[in-house]
Amino acid sequence: MSDIAIELRGIDKSFGLVHANKNINLTVRKGTIHGIIGENGAGKSTLMSILYGFYQADRGDIVIDGNTVTIKDPNAAIANGIGMVHQHFMLVENFTVLENVMLGAEDSQILNTSISKARVELKRLEKEYALEVNPDALIEELPVGLQQRVEILKALYRKADILILDEPTGVLTPPEADHLFRILGQLKDQGKTIIFITHKLREIMAITDEVSVMRRGEMVATRKTRETSVEELAELMVGRRVLLRVEKGAANPGDVKLAVENLTVRDGRGVTMVDNVSFNLRAGEIVGIAGVAGNGQSELLEAISGIRKAVSGKVLLNGQPIDVTAHVDPRELRDRGLAHVPEDRHHVGLVLKFEEAENGILGYHHDKRYLNGVFLNTKAIQADAEEKIKKYDIRPPNARLKTANFSGGNQQKIVLAREMERGPDVLIIGQPTRGVDVGAIEFIHKRIIEMRDQGKAVLLVSVELDEIRALSDRIIVMFAGRVVGERDPDATEGELGLLMAGVEGRKEAAE
Amino acid sequence: MSNPYAKLPAWAEYGLIPLVNLIVAFLVAGLVVLLVGENPLSAAYHMINGAFGRGEYIGFTLYYATTFIFTGLSVAVAFHAGLFNIGSEGQAYIGGIGVALACLWLDRTMPWFVVFPLAIIGSAAFGALWAFLPGWLQAKRGSHVVITTIMFNFIASSLMVYLLTRVLKPLGQMAPQTRTFEAGGQLPKLDWLMSIFGLNLGNSPFNVSFLLALLAAFCVWVLIWRTKLGYEMRTMGHSPSAARYAGIGEARITVIVMMISGGLAGMMALNPIMGEQYRMQLDFVQGAGFVGIAVALMGRSHPAGIIPAAVLFGMLYQGGAEIAFEMPAISRDMIVIIQGLVILFAGALENMFRPAIGRVFASIGRRSVAAAQTRGA
Repeated sequence: MSDIAIELRGIDKSFGLVHANKNINLTVRKGTIHGIIGENGAGKSTLMSILYGFYQADRGDIVIDGNTVTIKDPNAAIANGIGMVHQHFMLVENFTVLENVMLGAEDSQILNTSISKARVELKRLEKEYALEVNPDALIEELPVGLQQRVEILKALYRKADILILDEPTGVLTPPEADHLFRILGQLKDQGKTIIFITHKLREIMAITDEVSVMRRGEMVATRKTRETSVEELAELMVGRRVLLRVEKGAANPGDVKLAVENLTVRDGRGVTMVDNVSFNLRAGEIVGIAGVAGNGQSELLEAISGIRKAVSGKVLLNGQPIDVTAHVDPRELRDRGLAHVPEDRHHVGLVLKFEEAENGILGYHHDKRYLNGVFLNTKAIQADAEEKIKKYDIRPPNARLKTANFSGGNQQKIVLAREMERGPDVLIIGQPTRGVDVGAIEFIHKRIIEMRDQGKAVLLVSVELDEIRALSDRIIVMFAGRVVGERDPDATEGELGLLMAGVEGRKEAAE
Repeated sequence: MSNPYAKLPAWAEYGLIPLVNLIVAFLVAGLVVLLVGENPLSAAYHMINGAFGRGEYIGFTLYYATTFIFTGLSVAVAFHAGLFNIGSEGQAYIGGIGVALACLWLDRTMPWFVVFPLAIIGSAAFGALWAFLPGWLQAKRGSHVVITTIMFNFIASSLMVYLLTRVLKPLGQMAPQTRTFEAGGQLPKLDWLMSIFGLNLGNSPFNVSFLLALLAAFCVWVLIWRTKLGYEMRTMGHSPSAARYAGIGEARITVIVMMISGGLAGMMALNPIMGEQYRMQLDFVQGAGFVGIAVALMGRSHPAGIIPAAVLFGMLYQGGAEIAFEMPAISRDMIVIIQGLVILFAGALENMFRPAIGRVFASIGRRSVAAAQTRGA
């Protein structure tokens, strides 16, 4: 027995011309938490998919406990003691915890025997690792944090010694994330090995023992966590020095540009997603809306920008009412000075199959500048796109390239360039840096602050609390569709975290 | 990883892959011919010779192709807006009314070049009308066009039986068809075009509506890629949620696109009615609307792909008839099997050989341009 759990030797994988993993070597020690960090598209997910048997490596060996193994599918990975907790949970929503845990690992054809056996085993696991969860609860009724716990239990039930967690904190509130870190610590103490994939530097520093950095398909460095720093890791990830803190001066708020009064929005099933929300947005300030994903922020943005009808309430843009309870034409709102960078740039903000230049006019294609009568003025569209490419440093600088071929950060810059260059009075931004690499985050944050300093009113929605705190002049916290509090940006993370979890909010509402 | 297929150069994407698919389709078709005890090579000879061997044969091939260009464009226009118009068949059928009315009205008094524009407008208007209803039903009531256009094909069929047996049929005639048009209702043949290439048109009905089809293909290209409406259509076709975000009215686009699609289908009626039969007969569309779906699929909904795809299907029709004539063991149904195989390999299985071709390109690419091609991800 060695003290090495997994060794990857010379793993190489290409998808056509895209070389996703280049000669990767990685050694993970037993009983440690090993972080893997890298920008989107650096090859982290590909590497883990190879380890879990979704893909086969073109070259290279996987060595587990000193034996070279072939992992041809996830079953082989499980047989080798590897378990995976996916970013998007693989749970059957209308099954109970117990049913989900034993799904695919039943030991007999007769369900009742399996269930009683699984129940005993699940009890033992819960006790051993302090992972309490009611085995008879339905998955859909559990909060996200507990659903993730079920995923971990599933892996342990299959006797995993090595756990891979892919971006596990993306859907969690800060308290839930802390809880997860405690669980991972316990698992480590019990001798489990954990591979922790993330793009959040703070988490790496908080819980890992060692960290490996990937960049453009290569493993560029492995460090002992306590011997490295956030700055060094960021530099390794991007390949150059990056500024992690946004520099901004004091806000100079002016007139109210956007007023939301008692806005209520229901989703397609009639569930109230935004519940009687009111707030003001002034010129020259950034208001951040914090909250765990799914607490009504998306619906709020959609209602204000005319994509979704509201049930009741009023919205005033530049003092003039928008009839949000009827069908609002997003085109009219654009003409009135509202620009919207949607949360989902892949399906809403961009048409991925379009050329870059074509996306540069989406929503503004009625503009006379881009038209010759009913025909598109392709020259003007092209020139406009090239100007924005230069100004926003969009790479590769090719306006004829299909948008799907740009990286996440550059796609986001395409949307931002389109919406910001109009000089709108009010700019609504959803998830400005989701799936965006560190280098581009810096640029995007700077541009948002610039907009504010030009006297624009900016409404920012993000699930990244750090981002909200760094950019906002005021923070509004949403929980279960309601505004549960407003804070200054210097409020502590713990305070905001409790609000986001609905704890403080209930108390405030009760008072 | 969102795109599991590597990007290929355009000539491989639009040339090599369809060609490989086609070759495989013909190989499998050859096996079928072998199975009925005939020689696949002589079948292939009769197919090619029957489609292109003489000026007359080429004329027939292009006559069929003309029909398929119209219906292929009709399906493709709707595809671009994310609508699946299966009703080109019925729209073409109804479009025939427009042609017939124009011809019956003016064929005795006016020359063809006066009647032709009116017939074009008539056919497009009637086809558009027949597509307007399903479009409007989807836009306003949410009834899916796939379902409604299929049903409208049946309604069209019944309606035409009624019209051709009761209303448009001259008294005392047995066949369910209009009277034969005079000179004004007959389109000139394109023998001058064929004679440029030193070919003799013979008895084939290759007529000026072929030129109209080419013009329509060009107009469709302009519409899709060079107009504001085309931009809105493509946005909606690729991403309805992006269209909503951009303020593009889904209902408006749906109705307009269905009418354009129906209009193109309706213009198909010019070719058989004014170009060949000089009268409107029962069931003159003969499935061309459905072939249009295959043509649009094979041509990747691009006019530059639809024209060769239409010629290919014209070849299958004309050459297939020749095989059936020369080789009695092979019936017309066998030709339908071959057409089916082409659709299967070129349409439904179009990605089957892509990974293999991608690998070949990747191994060539890595040796030469690896560094240049690696994207920053």
